[in-house]
Amino acid sequence: MKNPLIIIDPRDNVATALRDLHKGEDIEIPDMGILLSMIEEIPFGHKVSLQEIGKGDMIMKYGEIIGQATSYIPKGSHVHIHNIESLRGRGDLEGDLS
Amino acid sequence: MRLKGYLRENGVVGIRNHLLIIPSSVCASTVAWRIAEQVEGAVALPNQHGCAQIKPDLDVTFRTLAGLGKNGNIGAVLVIGLGCESLDTEALARDISSSGKDVEYLVIQKAGGTLSAQEKGLKIARKMSQHVSRMEREPIDISQIILGLECGGSDTTSGLAANPSQGYVSDKLVRSGGTSILSETTELIGAEHILAERAISDEVATTLLRIVRECENKAKRMGVDLRGSQPTPGNITGGLSTIEEKSLGCIYKGGTMPLAGVLEYSEIPSGKGLHMMDTPGQDIESITGMVAGGAQIVLFTTGRGTPTGCPVAPVIKITGNPGTFTLMEENIDINAGTIIQGLESIEQVGEKIWDEMIDVINGRLTKAEALRHGEFGIYKLTSTF
Repeated sequence: MKNPLIIIDPRDNVATALRDLHKGEDIEIPDMGILLSMIEEIPFGHKVSLQEIGKGDMIMKYGEIIGQATSYIPKGSHVHIHNIESLRGRGDLEGDLS
Repeated sequence: MRLKGYLRENGVVGIRNHLLIIPSSVCASTVAWRIAEQVEGAVALPNQHGCAQIKPDLDVTFRTLAGLGKNGNIGAVLVIGLGCESLDTEALARDISSSGKDVEYLVIQKAGGTLSAQEKGLKIARKMSQHVSRMEREPIDISQIILGLECGGSDTTSGLAANPSQGYVSDKLVRSGGTSILSETTELIGAEHILAERAISDEVATTLLRIVRECENKAKRMGVDLRGSQPTPGNITGGLSTIEEKSLGCIYKGGTMPLAGVLEYSEIPSGKGLHMMDTPGQDIESITGMVAGGAQIVLFTTGRGTPTGCPVAPVIKITGNPGTFTLMEENIDINAGTIIQGLESIEQVGEKIWDEMIDVINGRLTKAEALRHGEFGIYKLTSTF
């Protein structure tokens, strides 16, 4: 993992930072055809959007759904709890299950 | 690869040789602890349960304490009861002695109180300690090993580096005829469909999907978002945003072998291969359940860093986060952060963990053992009454 970020599956729309990535930094991963400019700080281990993601769109990592966007996410953004939410274990969204 | 361990009467093998003092209820825990403190080779379980529990919940506590007593790492057992608790002290001692090992019990109310019980208990434990010390390591086979798979204090490096390396070890053990136990049902939420595809039968797949559904529904009944308890605040700081993301990283620790069976909490597997045990995501309770189910050794991946050990089984800690390894090297046995740095492959780190596991099986202490970390907790189905 020499690259500063890792894309686990070709279906993913987020990548994981393998070091702190800084606002304005451009990252190119030629073998994946990726050219990405960070529009904000991305801490080590956190996710960055590889493309524009619309509100309500699914967030893909490991080639699987990890949640849903709660707002529009521009390319190169920090993707975390402020703009994505879980679809599972949501007792707050469901009625009485007892 | 020469392995040496303790051959128990019922064919189970151990890689440690403790004298276990088990309080059958919280009311006997202080006496049990004081006895263990004064006797070489003795370890007491700080049991918080055993009384005023409703039947199914009491059954889980009983099965867990009995399983820990029957674990191959235990040479002899002294059970201490108060006398009036729900959990039957004599029945617990009898259940453990079915394994063929030396088991005795003592009841505080019959002995005449704390001091009298301690005196009687110390005399029994002293004899047992000497008896256990005569047991010697003999050749054992890797296929007799049951490995517990745990992760805790996860961050995004767990799913990328530490868990896949642990999965490599689990695969290698299963290929060698051994058994490994994946755990933490909560951390299958969002990834259960992937594991279900590896089930050896429809029945195993259906059971797996059922335990995950029940776990999720139990959380939903609280009427709140699971986020905050799963993922935890530390997971979130480490970059994990949702339970689905955490789960998809977690299942890597189960490797790639077929799923042979699904176990209840503390249930001893009846066959070999990879099993899933229905435990909570809470690490201590999860480890206790797997060790009660017969695991003699535990691999524990941690991104954020944790000191966790277990009173009955050695716990080997692995981190995928290079910064955490530097910061908490006194607690972490293996650095898988080299994968993130591009210095080593998953296979290389997996082999390193395997070699460490073999050393630990043969008697080398883990960092958690050397520092006498013995965290203990039993999963509860409901409150006391």
